[in-house]
Amino acid sequence: MKLKHQICFYLFLLICWTSTVHAKLHVVASTPDLGALAREIGKDKVEITSLAKPTEDPHFVDAKPGFIVKLNKADMLIEGGLHLEIGWLPNLVIGARNQKILAGTPGYFIAAANIQVLEIPDVMPDRAREMGDVHPLGNPHFLLDPFNGKVVATNICNRLCKIDAANSAYYKNNLNDFVQRLDRKLSEWQKKLEPFKGAKIVTYHKTFSYLAHRFNLHVIGSLEPKPGIPPSPAHINNLIPMMKYEGVKIILTETFRERKTPEFVAAQTGAKVVIVPIMPGGVKGVEDFIAFFDYNIHQIVSALRG
Amino acid sequence: MKLLRFLWYILFLCILVINSGQWPFLAAGVYGEVSLATDKDSQPAGMTEEQEETAHGTTEIRIRRDEFDEIVGQLQGMKELLINMKQDYESRLKEMQEKIAALEKERIQTTEEVSQAASTAEAPVAGTEEVYIKKEDYDEVAGKLQRMESTLENMESAYDTRLKEIQETYDSRLEEMQQKVALSPQPASPESGTWSPTQPITLWSLGKSYMNISFDGLFAAAGSTAKDLGTLETGGHDPNQRGFTVQNLETTFDGAVDPYFTGQASIIFQIDQDGESFLEVEEAFLTSMSLPLNLQVKAGTFFTEFGRLNPFHPHAWDFADQPLVNGRFLGPDGLRGPGARLSWLAPTNSYTELFITVQNSQGETAHSFRNEEALFGREAVETRVRGMEDMLYTPRITTSFDLTDEQTVLLGASAAFGPNSTGRDKDTIIYGIDMFWKWKSHNAEAGFPFVTWQTEIMGRRFEAGEDSDAGLSDEIMDNWGAYSQIAWGFKKRWVAGLRGDYVDGEDGATDPLGFERWRLSPNLTFYPSEFSKIRLQYNYDDILGNDSTEHSVFLQFEFLLGSHGAHKF
Repeated sequence: MKLKHQICFYLFLLICWTSTVHAKLHVVASTPDLGALAREIGKDKVEITSLAKPTEDPHFVDAKPGFIVKLNKADMLIEGGLHLEIGWLPNLVIGARNQKILAGTPGYFIAAANIQVLEIPDVMPDRAREMGDVHPLGNPHFLLDPFNGKVVATNICNRLCKIDAANSAYYKNNLNDFVQRLDRKLSEWQKKLEPFKGAKIVTYHKTFSYLAHRFNLHVIGSLEPKPGIPPSPAHINNLIPMMKYEGVKIILTETFRERKTPEFVAAQTGAKVVIVPIMPGGVKGVEDFIAFFDYNIHQIVSALRG
Repeated sequence: MKLLRFLWYILFLCILVINSGQWPFLAAGVYGEVSLATDKDSQPAGMTEEQEETAHGTTEIRIRRDEFDEIVGQLQGMKELLINMKQDYESRLKEMQEKIAALEKERIQTTEEVSQAASTAEAPVAGTEEVYIKKEDYDEVAGKLQRMESTLENMESAYDTRLKEIQETYDSRLEEMQQKVALSPQPASPESGTWSPTQPITLWSLGKSYMNISFDGLFAAAGSTAKDLGTLETGGHDPNQRGFTVQNLETTFDGAVDPYFTGQASIIFQIDQDGESFLEVEEAFLTSMSLPLNLQVKAGTFFTEFGRLNPFHPHAWDFADQPLVNGRFLGPDGLRGPGARLSWLAPTNSYTELFITVQNSQGETAHSFRNEEALFGREAVETRVRGMEDMLYTPRITTSFDLTDEQTVLLGASAAFGPNSTGRDKDTIIYGIDMFWKWKSHNAEAGFPFVTWQTEIMGRRFEAGEDSDAGLSDEIMDNWGAYSQIAWGFKKRWVAGLRGDYVDGEDGATDPLGFERWRLSPNLTFYPSEFSKIRLQYNYDDILGNDSTEHSVFLQFEFLLGSHGAHKF
């Protein structure tokens, strides 16, 4: 009997220990870009889990049951919003049964708040899908504009300060540091792209609208005839002469897209295919938010120079 | 021994309590750090605010909501002004252009006339009025015109630059504003405010409606060597006749009820073989969002948490019809009914969830239980629930883990216990294990390419009561069946599938619905978008019970209107 008592006691201790190990704040981000921003603010006081992989299409993420466990233990959930995660996140949040991340709590943050949203469809909602898989609330890839990264980081900092007031000075310091670094970099990137102001480009999907908007690149077409609809021969046949006429230099595409169509169009028009990740971590060694833009801007500039 | 059991019980409770961290009297001792944090938390609110301001220094500006609104109003005013100016400018430009055009016309006329006058000075054409003009006069007019044009051009460019300037200042100011807003603490929005009963809650969308509504239409065209497809297909939503079948018209409503529950309802319309339309409440339930101890309650009428496929709606299936074993054991419409389900998410690092569902055991959706049409040729004698012992109890355990970065597995085991309608104390048990495996590429585009493999094995023990009228004695019927299916998303929008089915024969069966059978079903599905699909499927049926084979071909099509419901794994 004595031994059994002891076993029970040690088990009890073990359980206590495993529970206190999670003293760090748990933040779950739906996508790695949000996770990277949260990491800039939270640093080592926060444990960050990004659900979507940086290499995959963020519209189509599997609602793995394992995510339920992560959401169940989360102190904060950062969602991109604008229906990006509508196909996979809602059921996970219900399954997570976690009061801390329900709407109306500081632990539930939609990053799209306070963002100037582009491409809100101007047709009645019942016709919107004639335009392809458009998002009724606008283009959700807003973190491809580094300026918006500043906005989101600031809001994440505000929320972290609310949830974990004890460390708020730490978070604010990190934010100030991040904003300063980002500002410096932002003007550097803008200077780099200044000579190519108004350069005409073609993208695979409407992913890069915010990036183009920030750096004055002119997206004159996309390989997809409509968002979410794969390139069709008829559309490509129209696109090629148009690209030649307009003197398009680069075709911008995400890492997860097929390469055949962009390479074919490039061969026909003399443009260059530029393959860039859309999330930090999408390419090995490019893990944080600023390095990610450094990489992408470098890719674009060197192709435009070429 | 009793003491030991008691201890285990206490330990179990402790695990629950500690992992939920809900009970302060225990948590205070365990979470040393947390209690410290709450101490700091309880500092006067004013102090933290001060800190905030100093820490923000010069980079951040706080702005009052009303001030912000005012500035936005001003900006909007500016924008309107700009638009007006532009319109004004445009109309004026047009006017000027018209004037220029008129002058030009006049000039051409004059030139013509002058040249005419020069060439035909001696022989004027009858009928045309002629003006004689001095060469220097003409030159003067032409010069004036040219000057006018250049003035206009200057004006135009001046206007353009001014407009551009204004636009630029407007843009930059707007951006500045946005930056300020973003950097200031968020204005009180419903999202961050406290909830009040009059305030709308939208959990999953930024829209203004209180619920999502969607409509899904699922149809099939069928051809078969079997005269009566209805005796071949076991599912209520399967293609049931040669020609067209309206499989499922489903309207789904869902949304947050209040801070404590979410709700969902699926109402089905169907058209039967005689062209009669009918309506079915497939599911209507609420789910709790804020129970302690990792518990969750689902209550209403819903699909029983049994096995893998049963809780899925027909439009989410990978095949045009349901597996034979599901139709035979769980019923044509799936096992479902009014009741409640309690689930507990284990506080482990990988996913494990326990479910216990209690539902009424009566009605046609409890096929192997107190169904009015009893099985095995018996007359139904008990069709009502008398007490707790007559309910349908369904425990289930499920667990999931990643094999690699690209592969995930979901395993489950379930059982359903309940009375059946063939006698007073006659019970049915259905038990099953299920497996779902998925590989999805690291670089998936729109979710492709992927491979899934899903298998379920089920057994049923049915205590068939005595039916003296039919000459059937009291006996126990043991049956089993299984299916295994693979779906391969080999290219964006394209999925190929293959399913194998087996069920053993039921005693006293008179048609393929009860015979021992093998079935093989390859199919190919094309998804034009996430919201529509076209599927071609072939079924090879080897009916061992009467030594026959049947061939069927289905062409299924689906469309989805309204909000896109989230997928389950």
